[in-house]
Amino acid sequence: MMKKANRRVIPGFGLSMGVTLTLLSVVVIIPLASLAIFAANMSFGDVIETITRKRVLASFEVSFITALIASLINAVMGVILAWVLVRYDFPLKRLLDGMIELPFALPTAVAGISLTSLTADKGLIGGFFAKFGVKIAYTRIGITVAMVFIGIPFVVRAVQPVLEKLDSSYEEAAAVLGASRRRTFWKVIFPEIMPAVFTGFGLAFGRCLGEYGSVVFIAGNQPFETEITPLIIMSELQEYDYASASAIALVMLAASFLILFLVNLIQIRNSKILKGGGSGA
Amino acid sequence: MKKNIKEYIYKSFIAAAAVAIGVTGLTGCSQNSAEAKSDSISLTNVSYDPTRELYEAYNKIFAEHWKEKTGQDIEITQSHGGSGKQALEVANGLEADVVTLALEYDVNAVRDAGLIEDGWVSEFANDSAPYTSTIVFLVRKGNPKDIHDWDDLVKDGIGVITPNPKTSGGARWNYLAAWAYADKLYGGDEAQVKEFIKKLYQNVLVLDSGARGATTTFVENGQGDVLLAWENEAYLSIKDYPDGYEIITPSVSILAQPSVAIVDKVVDSRGTRDAATEYLSYLYSDEAQRIAGDNYYRPSNEAILKEYADTFDLGINLVNISDFGGWDAAQKTHFADGGVFDEIYEKAD
Amino acid sequence: MHKESKLVKGLLIGISVLFVVLMLLLPLITVITEAFKQGFSVYAEAVSDKYTVKAALLTVEATVVAVLINTVFGLFAAWLITKFHFKGKKLLSTLIDLPVTVSPIIAGLIFVLTFGRQSPLYPLLERYDIKIVFAVPGIILATVFVTFPFISRELIPVLEAQGTDEEEAAALMGADGFTIFTKITFPHIKWAFLYGVVLCAARAMGEFGAVSVLSGHLRGKTNTLPLHVEILFNEFRYVPAFAVSSILVVMAVVILIARSIIEYIGKRESEDVR
Repeated sequence: MMKKANRRVIPGFGLSMGVTLTLLSVVVIIPLASLAIFAANMSFGDVIETITRKRVLASFEVSFITALIASLINAVMGVILAWVLVRYDFPLKRLLDGMIELPFALPTAVAGISLTSLTADKGLIGGFFAKFGVKIAYTRIGITVAMVFIGIPFVVRAVQPVLEKLDSSYEEAAAVLGASRRRTFWKVIFPEIMPAVFTGFGLAFGRCLGEYGSVVFIAGNQPFETEITPLIIMSELQEYDYASASAIALVMLAASFLILFLVNLIQIRNSKILKGGGSGA
Repeated sequence: MKKNIKEYIYKSFIAAAAVAIGVTGLTGCSQNSAEAKSDSISLTNVSYDPTRELYEAYNKIFAEHWKEKTGQDIEITQSHGGSGKQALEVANGLEADVVTLALEYDVNAVRDAGLIEDGWVSEFANDSAPYTSTIVFLVRKGNPKDIHDWDDLVKDGIGVITPNPKTSGGARWNYLAAWAYADKLYGGDEAQVKEFIKKLYQNVLVLDSGARGATTTFVENGQGDVLLAWENEAYLSIKDYPDGYEIITPSVSILAQPSVAIVDKVVDSRGTRDAATEYLSYLYSDEAQRIAGDNYYRPSNEAILKEYADTFDLGINLVNISDFGGWDAAQKTHFADGGVFDEIYEKAD
Repeated sequence: MHKESKLVKGLLIGISVLFVVLMLLLPLITVITEAFKQGFSVYAEAVSDKYTVKAALLTVEATVVAVLINTVFGLFAAWLITKFHFKGKKLLSTLIDLPVTVSPIIAGLIFVLTFGRQSPLYPLLERYDIKIVFAVPGIILATVFVTFPFISRELIPVLEAQGTDEEEAAALMGADGFTIFTKITFPHIKWAFLYGVVLCAARAMGEFGAVSVLSGHLRGKTNTLPLHVEILFNEFRYVPAFAVSSILVVMAVVILIARSIIEYIGKRESEDVR
């Protein structure tokens, strides 16, 4: 019953809807639609044939697995980093905090070249791991490393503001009532930051999936082994095959859309639960 | 008081954003207004990656030459990038008066977009290739793996670095050079040639997306034993690290012909045809040919090529792209989806 | 503050520091050492090169415009999504996020398809001599695209957590939208907003893939810093390429210092009020 009243109470619905939809159409919807139009130049059978070529399928596998692992690592590390940055004081904390955006500012190609030289078996980190017979650069591990690099700011910066705003009175209450720290974290804090974690995870996953600049340098690009889907799109473009490129691009787009949609679904449901619980208390 | 200031800040934010959107629109319109003054003229040369120094030097002498000839000042804007990508951009509306790309196939793509007229290949001498290059091997100093010719590359335990011919136009020459060797070796038996190529690419450790990426993999990151490279690029690596590497010239290689062409549609609408034509034909002058030689491209002028006999191995046996039936045919057989290059990897699976 | 066991605290800080050093600091150090590998004069020459300066200016222009447009969009979109219930909200919010997950190559491609020679719009643009692709507007569009959701994404979780009770109360008391936003909502989201702006700016100046497809790489005209880096690299000029990258690092550091200062002053102020 609250919902109905809600709609009219706060002003600005029309204006904000107008601005949002206009900009969204110009920047996102119309350009993306032209992709669909170009893919539609092919018959449906051709599209299916293009996207089910063995090599393309193998590249989907490479891209999805590495992006998934990388964004899982990002989710875990992102929460830890955000937690440390918000809750603890220690020397050079500001510096640590400031480093987080670095992966955004550094051109992806530069990041790729630097990471490759570090993780190649002659490099500083790669040399260390090479002793244990682990190759990083030019393998799927390398791809994952590059993806972790480019995806980390998403999770940290999504979780950090929420943690900062989090009212510590619940936690204190929980502690007073004798809950252990671990229990407090999982029962009190985690549900609060979960939507932000999901957002960060979803964005990082999508970004990793589509990343090209940094990954091509570290990947080795062996067909079936370390060839990512964006590289396949690039090679279709090199052959001036817009239709195939658009078709493969559409698959990736659909995948990102689906993931984001699921994340948003979870997030909105979750915030409803939270709000219900909050107002009841 | 404080609140007023805050309000002011919010409002100015929104105003600034509105202005910004406006400015974006305006820069679009004002881009092209300052053109076609008669005492000066401008050209855009869309080229591929490692030609920057070549054209930097050439643009200087051409500007002098043009001034002398017509009294006009000429300004040349350069654009460099992967050859295929550059062609694609011109086809999509990048306003280039001339293109100077890595291979004929890429110029054909611009032609297919309707911007260049048929028969451009014969517009200038030597198939419109004022300078050429070839594919050579770059190995580590002292040649520890004893690599001398293509058949050494398919031996076990040899790590080869070459870019992916599907994403790098230049790398298609590498592949075709290897094919030319195997073709001679097996007297044209295609099954054996394919087997040779397959073995070669099984030895490839890293398939970078472009020539420069491959060089970094080999030089900076120390991967592999041999880099397949354009001759001029191999010399650039030697120049950077004179003690680290040496160049091995194989017995057979391919004559890599970077093509130049006038973009007819653009020069006609901008009224720059004369300047563009002179720009490309002056590439064949003695001065320009020497600039090409200084930048490790082989001059197409035989007499001047001989002046560089110390640099280039002139005894190399070079096959031509026409031996593959021209670029359109070579592209279709080897590099298109489902072509031979895909096949050797499919089977490897 | 809570009594955290020392062990947990130490462990978490340790993990964080290790991660940041390995994943972020080492690549940064690599960039800097490569940049100075041939001495300071080579560095200075690369950085003060005419084309580098032009590229830097263009990068700043694209970044500023992208931040401004995304600020407008982000504020309105976040307000819309968190303060109202309407049909298609999930779809809308997914569409807003989509640009981040679109491969930069595809991002560039779609603008080429929309405004390039193959587009049905092209004759119209040509008639009025409007250039979008392979010109500055294209670069700006691409930059806006890749950073599109950054500000709204930062604001939405905070606004979600905050709920709508305060705004509703204010609205019932007769406050107009602008007042509600500036007096009630904004103080809650100002730090998230700041993060959003910083993220957006950082990403905007580092963007490479999409801009690369759209720029045409015209030296001194449509080259941004990341593209200039790519070109130098491809021209076998390894050291200058890293030198130019270091400008981007410096720009990022400047933005981050600015953020820290704003944050510091802001937090001190709010403590004074208390």
